[in-house]
Amino acid sequence: MSQSLVTMSYIVATILFIFSLSGLSNQETARRGNYYGMLGMAIAIIATALSASVTSYAILIVALLIGGAIGARAALKVEMTQMPELVAIMHSLVGMAAVLVGYANFMDSTITIGGVEKTIHEMEIYIGILIGAVTFSGSVIAFGKLSEKISGKPMLLPGRHWFNLMLLIAAFVLGYVFLQQVESGGNAIIPLAIMTGIALIFGVHMVMAIGGADMPVVVSMLNSYSGWAAAATGFMLSNDLLIVTGALVGSSGAILSYIMCRAMNRNFISVIAGGFGTGSGGEAAVVEGEVQPISAEETAQLLLDAKNIMIIPGYGMAVAQAQHTVNEITKLLRDKGKKVGFGIHPVAGRMPGHMNVLLAEAKVPYDIVYEMDEINEDWAHVDVSIVIGANDIVNPSALDDPNSPIAGMPVLECWKGETTVVLKRSMASGYAGVGNPLFVLENTRMLFGDANATMQAVLKALKG
Amino acid sequence: MKIGIPKEIHPGEKRVATTPEAAEQIIKLGFSVLVESGAGLAANISDEAYKEVGVEIVDNAKTLWKSADIVMKVRAPEQHPELALDEIDMLSEGGRLISFIWPAQNEQLMQKLAAKNATVLAMDSVPRMSRAQKLDALSSMANIAGYRAVIEAAQHFGRFFTGQITAAGKIPPAKVLVIGAGVAGLAAIGTAKSMGAIVRAFDTRPEVKEQIESMDAEFLMLDFKEEGAGAGGYAKTMSKEFIEAEMALFARQAMEVDIIITTALIPGKPAPKLITEGMVKSMKPGSIIVDLAAEQGGNCALTEKDQVLVKHGVTIIGYSNLPSRLANQSSQLYATNLRHLLTELCPEKNGTINVNMDDEVLRGTTVIKEGKITWPPPPPKLSAAPAPQTEAPAYASVKEQQKSIVPKSIKQFMPLIIGGLVLFGIGSVAPTSFMTHFTVFVLACFIGYQVIWNVSASLHTPLMSVTNAISGIIVIGALVQVSAQGFVISILAGLAILIASINIAGGFLVTRRMLEMFRK
Repeated sequence: MSQSLVTMSYIVATILFIFSLSGLSNQETARRGNYYGMLGMAIAIIATALSASVTSYAILIVALLIGGAIGARAALKVEMTQMPELVAIMHSLVGMAAVLVGYANFMDSTITIGGVEKTIHEMEIYIGILIGAVTFSGSVIAFGKLSEKISGKPMLLPGRHWFNLMLLIAAFVLGYVFLQQVESGGNAIIPLAIMTGIALIFGVHMVMAIGGADMPVVVSMLNSYSGWAAAATGFMLSNDLLIVTGALVGSSGAILSYIMCRAMNRNFISVIAGGFGTGSGGEAAVVEGEVQPISAEETAQLLLDAKNIMIIPGYGMAVAQAQHTVNEITKLLRDKGKKVGFGIHPVAGRMPGHMNVLLAEAKVPYDIVYEMDEINEDWAHVDVSIVIGANDIVNPSALDDPNSPIAGMPVLECWKGETTVVLKRSMASGYAGVGNPLFVLENTRMLFGDANATMQAVLKALKG
Repeated sequence: MKIGIPKEIHPGEKRVATTPEAAEQIIKLGFSVLVESGAGLAANISDEAYKEVGVEIVDNAKTLWKSADIVMKVRAPEQHPELALDEIDMLSEGGRLISFIWPAQNEQLMQKLAAKNATVLAMDSVPRMSRAQKLDALSSMANIAGYRAVIEAAQHFGRFFTGQITAAGKIPPAKVLVIGAGVAGLAAIGTAKSMGAIVRAFDTRPEVKEQIESMDAEFLMLDFKEEGAGAGGYAKTMSKEFIEAEMALFARQAMEVDIIITTALIPGKPAPKLITEGMVKSMKPGSIIVDLAAEQGGNCALTEKDQVLVKHGVTIIGYSNLPSRLANQSSQLYATNLRHLLTELCPEKNGTINVNMDDEVLRGTTVIKEGKITWPPPPPKLSAAPAPQTEAPAYASVKEQQKSIVPKSIKQFMPLIIGGLVLFGIGSVAPTSFMTHFTVFVLACFIGYQVIWNVSASLHTPLMSVTNAISGIIVIGALVQVSAQGFVISILAGLAILIASINIAGGFLVTRRMLEMFRK
């Protein structure tokens, strides 16, 4: 295949990738978009494989087949609750691939360029490997934290900011040494290898310092990094398809991180710097008062008397595997002519949009699942809201207590509705370790117990 | 322990201190319950209904008072009309009594009870705090009074509440003014509103404005700054200037509205006179005034306690026993309040009570403990009221100012300046071949920005998995190297292909799996 034809194929692939992302603007076009993406990828791979630069097919085909099989197996086996883990580990793979391609490219002696272009090329390799390594080790740690193989608590080393700064300076210095070595034809691989080590440590340290509540930001941030790693590889190989795709993925991750930070009212820099809730203004107001418990039967009665019902799910619902029961309750209530909706906070779940996927898996129709901004004005018309496995996203002190660690975070203002029923295993504070005055409000009722078991009981009472 | 419920003897009192439902729960706490025969009749509760849940029916009051360890009543003890005997005399020495007492107004009664070495818990003295809400009988009775006030007004009012347009002509809606938006006031607002009236409300405490407006009623503003909230969430006496402004407002409203419901009370003081005779005269004929403060002397100058009068064409209703006029409902709520109190008194559910004076709720409610008058209680620690917050935000903003050394105007442009410098730096050294790639890169970032903002928030997880898949495009880099010379390079590239293809296959397939789930 001629070089122009390959380039033309790349342009087609680029356009198909853009279509595949823009298809995600709504559920109807999303499926088609995904097929565009697959098509684009197939065109890109076939065109490259048929181009003049590829001659040995044995390794290529074997590697593609093995990798494809592993990927397909993972995709079909994964539980929807484990999506964040899968995504995190896939980020790490991109990072690792970038590192490998970078090293391979560095060792390739057939490239014949000189002067500034050569310096820039070496710099591109260096940066590509750097970003790749940070993405790799960071994602591995994120995977560990999400799958609870590593404690979700932020690990805060003393003087961690200085440590980070030191690593950064070391990376700069090594970069200079690396370029010098390349110029003089010395052994440049040593600074490169040391830098890789430093980047790996940096990635580990960065994610270790970030608290469990900030994980959605971390996952989207690593998504962004994996894109930049691909873009850097594109620069290194002078390949526009890689550059464009990397830039698309990179900006996607960056925007997701921004949305997540805004939803938690957190500064991006402070999330990355790590340590949640440290250095807040003063003592948060202590929550006092008595909760009013309610039984499953009374809850069912409350639901039967209501017209407009809003369900606020949190990650706790997925942990308890209650989403299917909730869906059955929803169906039953909708059949009785009641308006049932789901209110989703952007950080409900452990990655952006996670809760939507979990509800979709339970066959909840997506047109009754609403974003926070869509419904936060309408609480006055809601008769009963049910909070399942959520805490911080319905905490009124975010709005009225300036000393609360989550002050300023937008929350679902369910207490403005007529009655709120909160499902809770027991009285304990949420992920952020913050007390919740919602529980002691006059129009709040607490339904204690395992979310799935209590929801089953409510379902039974509704049927009976 | 045995709990005795005598029949109420106050004229016109129809309530009873327990219902079968509440009695059942009380028995579960380990108590046994005795009810005087016929005690619930006026509230439509038969002796049989009590018997069914295991209550013992006692024929006469004397036996009941004698055999009960704890007596629960609605009204404070008084002279028994049939037995010619004071109820206090029937209370056994060292007995326990739970009822409304009004210790501030009934000093003599308190002395007599103390002389009996009694322990007395007054349902009117339950402290106002969130934990005690479920035993706050004043609130539950006020709620009923507010509802009934509107019903009484409707009874005497010669028109519809709701506006209608009928074939026979247009009917304007009734205008109702509610003065005092406490529990009773809010209940009255809700009831009048649900009957279709236009409701306005006034209160000296500006913080209730939100509550009033949440019920779709209009809050009448007074152009005057003075805080009306006293201790414990009740109102306090206002300054002379405030009262003058308030009276002017009422005078204007009196000419306009059809029904006035007054609920203004200041604890321990006679009710403030808010509606003068002049205002009554200015009202339209057929108008109604329901005075819920009649017991404490009335908010209207012409109110007479327990009477319905027509003066200057205005019907003035001064019933002081409105809860009793809804006897079944109020008995239910009062019985539940009492049951909650018993739960507090008997935390171990063993049928004996422990008047724990360290418990803030029980301390406040207990007015006489074993013959010693413990009323008034020490002022309660306010837990429900939020701390004034004017200080905190100011503190935060000061802190913020300290943080930034760079002026805000420059800070805004900082990213632009830095970005510009970086671009300039790159542009001044980079060769053209790099610049073409860089152009593509920057443009692609912008396309990404535009496209991603359009992605529906509900599809963010599929977005991440599909970007995972397409960032597997890095496989291209490995593909072009796999055929390069050198064994090590081939292995590295082969590994990279393997890894990237995991991403490609896994990413696309899992995205497809997820998208298949999104169904209407």
